[in-house]
Amino acid sequence: MENEALLNAQAIVLAGQAIGAGLAMIAGIGPGIGEGYAVGKTIETIGRQPEIKSSVTSTMFIGCAVAETTGIYGLFVGIMLLFANPFLKHLG
Amino acid sequence: MNIEVQGPKRMFSLIGEDGDIIFSISESIVTGWIVILIIFVVCLVLTRNLQKVPTTKRQCAAEYIVKTVNNMVSANMGSDSMAYAPYIAALFAYILLGSLISMLGFRSITADINVTGTLAVMTFVLITRSKIKAHGVGGYFKQFINPLNIISEVATPLSMALRLFGNIAGGMCITMILYAALGSASSAIYNLIGIQAETYYFNIFQIGIPAVLSVYFDLFSGAIQSYVFIMLTMIYIQMGRE
Repeated sequence: MENEALLNAQAIVLAGQAIGAGLAMIAGIGPGIGEGYAVGKTIETIGRQPEIKSSVTSTMFIGCAVAETTGIYGLFVGIMLLFANPFLKHLG
Repeated sequence: MNIEVQGPKRMFSLIGEDGDIIFSISESIVTGWIVILIIFVVCLVLTRNLQKVPTTKRQCAAEYIVKTVNNMVSANMGSDSMAYAPYIAALFAYILLGSLISMLGFRSITADINVTGTLAVMTFVLITRSKIKAHGVGGYFKQFINPLNIISEVATPLSMALRLFGNIAGGMCITMILYAALGSASSAIYNLIGIQAETYYFNIFQIGIPAVLSVYFDLFSGAIQSYVFIMLTMIYIQMGRE
């Protein structure tokens, strides 16, 4: 009987981890919008002043990589939940 | 189907009398030394018998690399801080080769948070040093009158470490998931045409398809993230002076 209860608890924890990993990837929305906006503005600038293309592009890549950080945090949390199983050990 | 993502392995470990591991050398350290050895050999080859006027392609390549790094440092930090140029170049070479070494079948050293954390702490020490040099010890601690500055002070190395680690490790995990998915797809195809799964077969879908993602996650991501890391190092050190 006790074994069955433990199995149920494990199933709940695993389901919660899977749902949590899915929810963590909502963090991808913000960087997506932000990077799209940055790239759009960069293209506008290049269209207006094609001679500064190289410096604008390298600045854009840095900005994109910094904006991507929050999305990477979400991905990191999702991967931790999927593969590292951090909550299973609390079942005791 | 079971997918397991593993951290860096323990290569050598010193085991005490009661069976505890006292000290161990991880895979990242061994691969890191391989990277250092590669950089060392490349530097040694590029700088052999230099001439005043370059006659060999080797020397032209070496001069091009040095000139690029010097231009980058002087454009971002001013021409009075050229002493940082060797550090920046070494950091760039280490991170770039450490990320790209996964092409040779090793585990990327930057997919280990200990490595990226160490690099971020090194940058943090340099930032703090330049701040103290510019404002003095009292001026440095005066900014903590506003306690929110403590959080922003800690967030800088943390975000630098996690950005590099998350990009490379995330790409590694996605590649692993893709390999597992393609493996199941090819075994499903083999079952469909009636070949026993127990007999030896190779996963036909694993040829070529992962290379497309690998171009983004290994080549592009590794190169961009190492560039971003050194760029942020230079910008933060420069900001600390002002």
